[in-house]
Amino acid sequence: MENEQNNPLKEFAPQLERTTMQGYTWILFLLLVIGVGFYAFLQQVLHGHEVTGMRDNVVWGVYIVNFIFFMGVSYAGALISGTLHLFKTPWRKPVIRMAEFITVISLLIGPCFILLCIGRLDRLPYLVLFGRIQSPITWDVIAISTDIFGCFIFLYLAVLRDLALLRDYELLKLPKWRKKLYKALALGYTGTPEQQQRLNRATDIMAAMVISIAIIVYSVLAWIFSVTLQPGWHSTIFGPYFVIAAVYSGSAVLIICMWVFRKVYHLEAYITKKHFVAVGIIMLVLAAFFGYFTFSDYLTKWYGSEKNDELLIQLLFKKFYWPFIISNYVGVLLPLIVVGLARFRTINNITFTAVVVVVALWLNRYIIVVPTLESPYLPIQDARPEWLNYTATWVEWSLTATGVAVFCLLFTLASKFITIIPVSGVTGEEKKEDVLI
Amino acid sequence: MEEETNKNQKNTRRQFLKKGLIAGAGVAVGGSLIAAYVDATATETGEKVKVLTTDGEIMEVDKGLLKLPRVSREESHQGLPGRKFVMVIDLGKCKNARKCVEACQKGHHLPKSQEFMKVYLLQDSEKTSPYWFPKPCFHCDNPLCVSVCPVGATYKRSDGIVLIDNERCIGCKFCMTGCPYSTRVFAWKHYEEFEQDKEPYSPEAGSPGKEGTVSKCDFCPDLIRVGKVPYCVSACPMGVIYFGDVDEDTVTNGTETFQFSKLISDRAGYRYLEVLGTRPCVYYLPPVERQFEVDRGFGDLDEKIKERYKDTPYSKKHNP
Repeated sequence: MENEQNNPLKEFAPQLERTTMQGYTWILFLLLVIGVGFYAFLQQVLHGHEVTGMRDNVVWGVYIVNFIFFMGVSYAGALISGTLHLFKTPWRKPVIRMAEFITVISLLIGPCFILLCIGRLDRLPYLVLFGRIQSPITWDVIAISTDIFGCFIFLYLAVLRDLALLRDYELLKLPKWRKKLYKALALGYTGTPEQQQRLNRATDIMAAMVISIAIIVYSVLAWIFSVTLQPGWHSTIFGPYFVIAAVYSGSAVLIICMWVFRKVYHLEAYITKKHFVAVGIIMLVLAAFFGYFTFSDYLTKWYGSEKNDELLIQLLFKKFYWPFIISNYVGVLLPLIVVGLARFRTINNITFTAVVVVVALWLNRYIIVVPTLESPYLPIQDARPEWLNYTATWVEWSLTATGVAVFCLLFTLASKFITIIPVSGVTGEEKKEDVLI
Repeated sequence: MEEETNKNQKNTRRQFLKKGLIAGAGVAVGGSLIAAYVDATATETGEKVKVLTTDGEIMEVDKGLLKLPRVSREESHQGLPGRKFVMVIDLGKCKNARKCVEACQKGHHLPKSQEFMKVYLLQDSEKTSPYWFPKPCFHCDNPLCVSVCPVGATYKRSDGIVLIDNERCIGCKFCMTGCPYSTRVFAWKHYEEFEQDKEPYSPEAGSPGKEGTVSKCDFCPDLIRVGKVPYCVSACPMGVIYFGDVDEDTVTNGTETFQFSKLISDRAGYRYLEVLGTRPCVYYLPPVERQFEVDRGFGDLDEKIKERYKDTPYSKKHNP
């Protein structure tokens, strides 16, 4: 056993041991939001989907937007943590676990939103019982379940060393059951050379797997839209476009998480400006790609100006003007300026940009989903306003907030269970070098 | 007891065939259908109704025998053997009387907010003429809705009809985004009208509807089975809609019968949005030699219905 004084856990243990009053208030607040969401969900179950703003033309609304959004965020973790791991990026340590948490947590939330969209939840097993491989939804079911499985394994492999450390750290002031749980989860890992070698090998394989599965998942998700004939969706670029947008949103969420945990757990010594700039630059590169794909998609639609593409673009520039500007201009240009120009690069600026990017990408999905459904081939001729224009109802907003709240709650709980920064293999003086570079 | 009922039915069957009866005001689409109708496992109720025979004579039949037979969900997957149905809509004759919509809603026990048949006011471009455009399901030969369904709830039959099994549908609405013609409707809640139908559900009847599932125009295979044409066809006062069989090369609107291929070739029939490659089974005859001014379509409409068309280029130009 290591010298208890030198154990890196000494510094991080309070995170796991104590929850402040503020912490409890925060958790209570999240539970409240989730409670309201549960009530909204009951309304939808009892009164049917009529309580949503969706109608026969706009059959998919905010739920699908949230589905794409959370799946996209989850991709961040997968690609960022996977790549950082594979390339042994030197500064990865303080941020990689957050990226892994983001992946798994949002991957649990995303699919729930597609379930909210389904008219007969009682028939959900039919997806497996009567599944047809011709349908992109079946592709999605297969891809997402594989992804959840793969990402869980990847996360587990990544935390195994820390679990062993938590098991062995005797000064840890935690209830018995927690210690027992660590012991069970650590699977008897003691760090023998053979175990180390196996674990490294498995993590490498899973990192590569997770990256490729995530690309497949996100492409399949894009194909749900692009295999249809709808103007605005029927686009060959959608697969890669969605993949890029996903990692882009994920990098922004990672920055926000870094900022929050740095403040809450006082990790200023570990998560430094260097890390913000490094992830910021990833975000900048992705912003450029995202901007390029967006431009490419709309340019070809606008230049050829098929009748229905033209109608759609008119709609985007009139009714959806602000969402369009924020998602496709501000959301692209802001990171280029803030991260691109050295003098704007501060931790707060980068974080603010990340918040804007997250909002922009949510709006980006909104203006992909809703305007297309509002401008079908046959013009919508209806006297009912809710049939003409989609407006999300309180039920949809409340469930959206619930999604965010569940994300925050699971993240909070996860950070109470395992240190938010990997501590294994970091001892005493080595720590500063290894963690801080 | 059972034997007796069987005997009774056989007797009735014989009577039916002898008199050459065709039920109600329906029109036979094919000879085999009369037999199909009488084969139905209907039971007598004792209540008699008057129907018109092909000879123009009025006769009384038991009401129970007139009930449309409902095939099971499994059977509904089989198309009527040797048939391939087609619809032709003559845009020159439509004046938006909306009788097709109403008859369809009544026949399928639909609420007012659900229309399997929709009537659009279309104008292809600024200088071209506006026209009324009744739009059922096109029952495409390359149906995207069928391809994208994850559970096989919607299917294409050998007779060309695309049906939905609302006992199987999970309500994901992917078919609704897949259909480029906005044909499909969703039951956003449980509508009272669904309860009017006391019969067991059959995809062929498309009724009773079910909350949280998708439904659409079904070409009324339950009517076709008994030698009748779909509700919209028989309800149209102008005879706008023709229904028939491509292989028999015949279409009828109940009063006139045409050779399908000749009608399409003589009147330059076309399919809507051919460019999409869905290969619809519904053909349109261009709106030429109009019988009515477009304005007549606004005639006796409900204010609510009129309002639907207020944003069309035509309405904006004529009633600014």
